[in-house]
Amino acid sequence: MTKSGLIQAVTTKMPHLSARDVEIVVNTIFDSMTDALQGGSRIEIRGFGSFSVRHRRARQGRNPKTGESIAVPPKRVPFFTVGHELKQRVDDGRLQYPIVKTKDSDDADESEV
Amino acid sequence: MTKADLVEAVHTKVGFSKKESADIVEMVFDTMKETLEHGEKIKISGFGNFEVRDKRARVGRNPQTGEVIEISARRVLTFKPSQVLKSALNGEDDGSGQPTSGD
Repeated sequence: MTKSGLIQAVTTKMPHLSARDVEIVVNTIFDSMTDALQGGSRIEIRGFGSFSVRHRRARQGRNPKTGESIAVPPKRVPFFTVGHELKQRVDDGRLQYPIVKTKDSDDADESEV
Repeated sequence: MTKADLVEAVHTKVGFSKKESADIVEMVFDTMKETLEHGEKIKISGFGNFEVRDKRARVGRNPQTGEVIEISARRVLTFKPSQVLKSALNGEDDGSGQPTSGD
């Protein structure tokens, strides 16, 4: 499912809303979450999971092609911890639903994500 | 930040009532949970991918006692942040030509 698929699914469940309205809401949600992480805040969505920012120390890396040693600067990386409810639901789904394989056309936009 | 803050953001930025905003935000996460429960991944462009993976059963060890234990097969959820999000956290241009959010 892509973002537009999510928008479509929510619109189907809330027919009094237009797809455009739902799109604005979905964008607002992910933009707000990005802003929060950018500001170093932790996000906690009960029943879903939490997002936090982890710090990676600077380290000495290596260019795998040339073997040249390069300094990798310190970084901040987003980190997701799945919530109890969702963790359980995903695991319970194992016996009922096979993993949905994505089509090639669906994977084509992966690089843009 | 909690779900209540997201509801507030939707209310102030989009203009829906608080009740309506809460209902939509709830429905967005419910739909995501349902999709993942059904074994389908979710790709949010500019944010990241939520992926479901099956793990085989394996033999583990209790690190405290050294005791050998069977770790049963299970299904887990992983989040892979997008390059756009990773760059946004490090004050970089993501190279997409698009402004990073929070501009």
